Amino acid sequence: MNTSPFETALELVTRVPGVRGAMLVSAADGVVVAEALMDEMKGSAVAALAASLASRLRRAVEGAGRGAPRFMHLTATGGTLFAAPHGEELLLVAVAERTVNAGLARIEMLRALEILG
Amino acid sequence: MRAVEPWVAAPMETFLAESQARLCLLMTTAGQVVAQHGFVRAVDVMGVAALGAGIVASTSELARTLKWEQFTTVVHQGPQQAHLLASFETPRGRWVGLVVFGPDTSLGLVQLFFEQLVKDLAAAAPEAPAPQPVLAADFERELNASLRTLFGS
Repeated sequence: MNTSPFETALELVTRVPGVRGAMLVSAADGVVVAEALMDEMKGSAVAALAASLASRLRRAVEGAGRGAPRFMHLTATGGTLFAAPHGEELLLVAVAERTVNAGLARIEMLRALEILG
Repeated sequence: MRAVEPWVAAPMETFLAESQARLCLLMTTAGQVVAQHGFVRAVDVMGVAALGAGIVASTSELARTLKWEQFTTVVHQGPQQAHLLASFETPRGRWVGLVVFGPDTSLGLVQLFFEQLVKDLAAAAPEAPAPQPVLAADFERELNASLRTLFGS
């Protein structure tokens, strides 16, 4: 059975141990384009808030004269959030446990972005 | 922000602060305004309320004719601003929300906080008063009182 590039990209990320879900989000609208969530996580809420956060971080980093961010890593008390922009329109977001191997998650997310072209 | 029903004010203020919406209008499905934020002229808010209620009524009828489930949300997006029109149940009957927002927020955020607004309104609603007979004199007095509340004139 053929799978779409979106599904292949999300599968790469969700295979990483400790990753509880991954999604592609419309960067401007903050709505879910594709998702692979492993439990009862509310994808629409994560998408909206992650896109807002990424937009603000982008403005902050650009304001500091450092160009556009390529990867974002947020560690909270209960888990970890990763986000990586794909061009201007999409954002790849992953939600993981706090103990996730962040280096491996980062590599797989960047590989997933390559699959998306 | 101005509300005809005082218990609507706090949930709506929270929604406005979190969603960063520019304009917001809550109304009944008949187009009677319950609360508004951002509108300056009464004629604008009354026209928008009537049009919003009309859009909800026509999309509901379209869904019924096609034997689809009811549409709950309609979004129109333009280059500089967009609006979300959504109908929802409250303890006081079915209401309609119209939210206008710009590029300083996003559709996802507005939808997310609108869902929370619906929950907050359901939690804040007092028990409905016993129904009273509608008299022409009462109707006009209540309409004028609502307009004064909404526009302060």
